[in-house]
Amino acid sequence: MSEPPVLEVSDLKTHFFTKAGVARAVDGVSFSLARGEVLGLVGESGSGKTVTGFSLMGLVDAPGRVVGGSIRLGGEELVGKSERDWRSLRGRKIAMIFQDPMMTLNPVLRVDTQMIEAIRAHEDLSEEAARERARAALARVGIPSPDERLVAYPHQFSGGMRQRVAIAIALLNEPDVIVADEPTTALDVTIQAQILYEVQKLCADTGLAMIWITHDLAVVGGLADRVAVMYAGRIVEEGPVGEVLDGPLHPYTRGLIGSVPSHNRRGRRLTQIPGMAPSLLALPPGCSFAARCPRADSLCTAMPELVPTEGDRAVRCHHPHRADEPAIEGGSA
Amino acid sequence: MSASDPVDTPTVTDTTEAQTATVDTPLRRFLSDYCDSPLAVGAAVVLFLIILIAIFAPWISPQDPYDLAVVSIFDARMPPGSYAMDGTPFLLGTDGAGRDLLSAIFYGLRISLSVGVAAGIIAIIVGMSVGLAAAYAGGRTENLIMRVVDLQLSLPAVLIALILLAILGKGVDKIIIALVVAQWAYYARTVRASALVERRREYVEAAACLGLGHARIVFRHILPNCIAPLIVVGTVQTAHAIALEATLSFLGVGLPPTEPSLGLLIANGFDYMLSGKYWIAVFPGVALLITIVSINMVGDQLRDVLNPRLQK
Amino acid sequence: MSKQPLMRLDGVSKRFAKRLDTAEKIVNFFGGDRREEVVHAVDRVSMDIADGEVVGLVGESGCGKSTLGRVVAGVHAASDGKVFWRGKDVSTLSGAERRDALLKIQMIFQDPMSSLNPRMRVRDIVGEAPRVHGLISAGEVDDYVDKMLLRVGLDPGFRMRYPHQFSGGQRQRVGIARALAVEPDFLVCDESIAALDVSIQAQVLNLFMDLREELGLTYLFISHDLGVVEHLSDRVVIMYLGRVVESAPTEELFAGPNHPYAQALLDEVPRIDTRKRVFQPIKGEIPSPINPPKGCHFHPRCPHAFARCREETPALREIAPGRLSACHLNDG
Repeated sequence: MSEPPVLEVSDLKTHFFTKAGVARAVDGVSFSLARGEVLGLVGESGSGKTVTGFSLMGLVDAPGRVVGGSIRLGGEELVGKSERDWRSLRGRKIAMIFQDPMMTLNPVLRVDTQMIEAIRAHEDLSEEAARERARAALARVGIPSPDERLVAYPHQFSGGMRQRVAIAIALLNEPDVIVADEPTTALDVTIQAQILYEVQKLCADTGLAMIWITHDLAVVGGLADRVAVMYAGRIVEEGPVGEVLDGPLHPYTRGLIGSVPSHNRRGRRLTQIPGMAPSLLALPPGCSFAARCPRADSLCTAMPELVPTEGDRAVRCHHPHRADEPAIEGGSA
Repeated sequence: MSASDPVDTPTVTDTTEAQTATVDTPLRRFLSDYCDSPLAVGAAVVLFLIILIAIFAPWISPQDPYDLAVVSIFDARMPPGSYAMDGTPFLLGTDGAGRDLLSAIFYGLRISLSVGVAAGIIAIIVGMSVGLAAAYAGGRTENLIMRVVDLQLSLPAVLIALILLAILGKGVDKIIIALVVAQWAYYARTVRASALVERRREYVEAAACLGLGHARIVFRHILPNCIAPLIVVGTVQTAHAIALEATLSFLGVGLPPTEPSLGLLIANGFDYMLSGKYWIAVFPGVALLITIVSINMVGDQLRDVLNPRLQK
Repeated sequence: MSKQPLMRLDGVSKRFAKRLDTAEKIVNFFGGDRREEVVHAVDRVSMDIADGEVVGLVGESGCGKSTLGRVVAGVHAASDGKVFWRGKDVSTLSGAERRDALLKIQMIFQDPMSSLNPRMRVRDIVGEAPRVHGLISAGEVDDYVDKMLLRVGLDPGFRMRYPHQFSGGQRQRVGIARALAVEPDFLVCDESIAALDVSIQAQVLNLFMDLREELGLTYLFISHDLGVVEHLSDRVVIMYLGRVVESAPTEELFAGPNHPYAQALLDEVPRIDTRKRVFQPIKGEIPSPINPPKGCHFHPRCPHAFARCREETPALREIAPGRLSACHLNDG
């Protein structure tokens, strides 16, 4: 990887200033993304993975605010940009796909109207040329008979097709990066597989880089190149997907993988992480995971740093596991 | 919410949290949300004062404006701030019969509010029963009830009340009947709409699974969850009822002169407006305005606070 | 299985009809062509569930698995067919017997927020039904509720709380306590962990397994998540558009699914132990249950479909001991 990364995020902080206090939804997140790479951003609800995605798009609304750090897209600093600059960036350089495709689609406009509008917002293109590009985008995400589908309304599509249209819209201006926030969570298994198939092809063919935000480790395992695991607003572990899933270093990652039912332990109790995620308003000092961690000791009252380890990996833990420990023990009591 | 005790170790109890938890009832939450708007708190305070005045009018009024032994015709049409022969001040002046206007307004509030609230409560009970019945029965019954409601809502409330009063005649009971007939349909529609939503929730299915009876499901499970929109509509409709009663009394078809509500006071003072004796009509009008505006402001805030879509 | 099954479904169907409203009738009066839409949510399903068995019911949206669960739990009445509880036809039971049968089958719902009444305290949510049915007296409610909360791993100190004061996983536990309070034999779990975070899912799944051991419960576990079903179930039933397409012991099914749809479904499931795999999806959309394809419902998406599949509905037949499949390919 001699090429410079297309997206570089360092020490990103997004806080929410609520009545009840300051919620540090994203608190010092750093990662980088190369061309054609898929980064899986994994975490449970409240881990800050979605807020990270919104921060990358400049879409954080009050009472939230990006309070620090930097987002460099193709060498250009995005933090501190005006809303006007953001508008010209969004869709052109970086685009987003949501869990609910209706976040992108306007229910009262035909698909072609929306797509042509999206192209011509960024580029001075004739109506015909724009339509042709919209048609090509629909075809690229595997929508059969794109000419017919162009003149349809969003409600005439099924859930999976709607998500494809949303992806096609995200692709229209050939952005460098797509942020995908749980785009297949609401879909059925066979439909999810269809979408994953198209996405995989896209990234391989066009060099598009993607951040795939999800809670589903299995999807990340099948799709992503690298994975970053978030907990309480911070990345706790990062690395190539195979290494992380086979030999997790952080106790949280290990617990998460153990929680997924897997056929080699059929019928036995699942390893469970005790307790639940802490409230972002009342984070304990030190490691946020310490209260649920079997390895926690007095050292863990100080916040560990995200330290690089061998094999292009990083972990934020005072007592990391060894990479060669088996990921899944034979079920615990 | 900061419930962070490990669920699999039930013996660990965070006592401070258990205490705050028992205090955090829906009522508490509601009060703290309501107090977010200082304007709405102000309106609630004003409304509370008005209600106190209405309740205690006989004890706090400077005079009993309907005691013929006290009222003197020689004090008639005196401007605000004058004094009676015996030295009692008329803060807001007197009306055409020599009554202290402040006292008359206090008594008028008492009548206006009690008529409005009584009509409101009866209309809520009628509308709620009809609405619940429609939502739970479904099919033909529901269709029939809802068409009656539509028909009712397509006619202006004043018109319905006027026609009814023309048939029934004057009187407190008659005007309450007229107000109820003019307004029950709003409640029926509101309750039906929310009951239809609640009926499909999983907790109703769970109650059916647990073998609970229809009456229990309707009244213990569905109804309490329909109360919030009902309260919102109830406040606004009570304000409407008070305004409607004032309109009818102003037109001379509402309350008899023996029950002088605010509307009647305004009507009486209206004759003197052109001769410059503005206070006789204007002060009761202002009292009516403050009452209705404060009820509506409270209602608006209730709508914001109780709206389930805005709840975190 | 020579023993009498705990629950037997015999050709159970459930149809939902959307009746014409007045406006549509008027349209028809003037020569319009508005028809009633009938959805065959469940189409002639037969199955046995043995005492103590865990049956996983799997399928994608619109396959009727939730509706079937509600018919089993007695929330919906079947449009056709018979439901037998311990050998007795439920529709012929008398009032008291019917109520007892109803109580013995309880349901755990998907959305832990909407399945708890937001205006009731945990004490009333859990304690109401046993008190109404006379299982306990009014004075025993607190103790009984405490016992139920402990059983599902909740602090009895939470008794006076409202549902909104709990996290998702805790709410689901309250829902389980409510079901257990009427001493059921059989739990129907409708996507009961789908709305929970991964680490919380594991906690609740473990609770289900513990309860099975302690109380000898039977489960119908409805889920779209094959991994969860595989982990928990003794037997898996796969539905597609209202019909059962395959039913098999879990290990046999996952070793080699018979029905093409079952094969496709098992192939598509993302697994944590597969890396950078190439997704090879089956083509096509799930058809609308209002207007399902003729013959075998799966034929438009099936790679092996032939002429007979378009015309004739394949019957669910035994292909090996304990294994049923509905596919014409099995006729050789």
